[in-house]
Amino acid sequence: MTERRAAWLFLAPALIVIGGFFLVPVLAAFALSLTDFDLYALADLHNLRFVGFGNYVDILHTPLFWKSLVNTLYFVIVGVPLSIAVSLATALLLDSKLARCKGFFRTALFAPVVTTVVAVAVIWRYLLHTRYGMINYTLGHFGIAPIDWLGDPHWSMPAIILFAVWKNFGYNMIILLAALQGIPGDLYEAARIDGASWSQQLRHITLPMLRPALLLVSVITVSGYFQLFAEPYVMTQGDPLQSTVSVLYFMYNEGFKWWSLGRASAIAFLLFVLILGVTSVLLRIGRRGDAA
Amino acid sequence: MKSRWASAIVNGLLIAATSITLFPLLWMLSVSFMQPGAASTYPPPLLPAHATLANYHELFERAGMGRYLVNSLLIASAITLGSLLFNLGAGYAFAKLRFKGRERLFQTLLGALVIPGQVAMIPLFLIMKELGLVNTYGGVIVPALASVFGIFLVRQYARSIPNELLEAARIDGASEARIFATIVLPLLKPIVVTLAIFTFLASWNDFMWPLIVLSDQAWQTAPVALAGLSREHVQDNELMMAGSVVTTLPVLILFLALQRHYIQGLILGSVKG
Repeated sequence: MTERRAAWLFLAPALIVIGGFFLVPVLAAFALSLTDFDLYALADLHNLRFVGFGNYVDILHTPLFWKSLVNTLYFVIVGVPLSIAVSLATALLLDSKLARCKGFFRTALFAPVVTTVVAVAVIWRYLLHTRYGMINYTLGHFGIAPIDWLGDPHWSMPAIILFAVWKNFGYNMIILLAALQGIPGDLYEAARIDGASWSQQLRHITLPMLRPALLLVSVITVSGYFQLFAEPYVMTQGDPLQSTVSVLYFMYNEGFKWWSLGRASAIAFLLFVLILGVTSVLLRIGRRGDAA
Repeated sequence: MKSRWASAIVNGLLIAATSITLFPLLWMLSVSFMQPGAASTYPPPLLPAHATLANYHELFERAGMGRYLVNSLLIASAITLGSLLFNLGAGYAFAKLRFKGRERLFQTLLGALVIPGQVAMIPLFLIMKELGLVNTYGGVIVPALASVFGIFLVRQYARSIPNELLEAARIDGASEARIFATIVLPLLKPIVVTLAIFTFLASWNDFMWPLIVLSDQAWQTAPVALAGLSREHVQDNELMMAGSVVTTLPVLILFLALQRHYIQGLILGSVKG
């Protein structure tokens, strides 16, 4: 058996799975988004009609789509910077020479990342309970009146953002910590000799050196946060007043509650284009900074 | 003096941050042992006044959680074993075996990483329906049997295997399959552990696809069943906390036991993005 034939035999199983159950479905999703595939087509394919970009036009005229888009953007625009700020702060603390028991702190801070999102969303629903929740109880000590976190459309998204930051920040913390540990120590040595303060070292050494890692975690987090789904599914079911319907939640309902699979495919594609657009802009901004 | 203050601040902040990450998990455990209704009081109780296993009893006897946990265990194990096999083979081939179009094919696969998985889900559902895999373990397992991320991880690692080693074995007349099994696999052992724990945790925690393809309760995984339960039992906090404990504790314990490998994989996977 030649090396070339062996290579293809080693590759074949994985390529068949990825091709057949991912790449082909992605192409099929685009084709599907140009049809009116629904419950009738599901029963009999003869009912299927080609509608061109009709689904896309239709969706762009659906108020709930725009609502879900605004909700998702709110989640991304507030949630991503907050997540990264917490990740960076905890990574800096863990990297500090003054920190004790680093192994314990690192594990404890990372633990929420490996938990099951549905299970911890259930916990948070209870923590956020208006009457019996620990969060309102704690806020009460500071004289803050109980907040109806998951029942008030002004507070539902902030509540989901708090939960998401708690659940996810550890992931980026580990990546940033690894990058911090890769910064040569003599840079700080030289800065200290020059009398640079802690904040000056942070601004002129740490943050510039972290730039590639920060760009990486931004791209990962942005594309992850656009895919918001399980949190509202468990915590609010999209309510109150549809204030937590995300684009994916909208897609799920269109597809698997109303069986408008053509429309749902179009929503999935719109989300894909949006994520691709935003992450490429991020990468461009990040790289332009490198050249400067 | 100044550094003592700084040290107190750094460690104080770390203690505060870990309290916030750990408190919900510890409280979940505590509430799961409370009498039904005991947690719906003000102020919220920290520890059970009369510890009881009633919620776990209810969870397994009445809500059938045992079945869902077995489903999760079987599905996550099958995905882990199968995808290890497929990803190891493919990752090794991309790293060490020469064939035409290797780099181009690999770059194409990496390019696919930008496509969110949900784009494929609707046609995938129709494919699964055609194959008769909706509401079967296979519906969740089969699409997860290979992953670009897994192949990438193995390839990164396998590139450090010296070519001389493989060439020497070939000259000795060893077949490619034999070389893979006796020389390559032992060298890949660290990445096998890393990939295994990564895959197992991801499959166990996965939610959206199992929710779509397993609508029949009998086949549901623990997270899907828990989400369903939580919609029915909005007020039964103690029962829901017990459900969260049994769903998330297995993966937390697995992570604690193998965290070095998990963290290593996370960093390795992010090197090139």
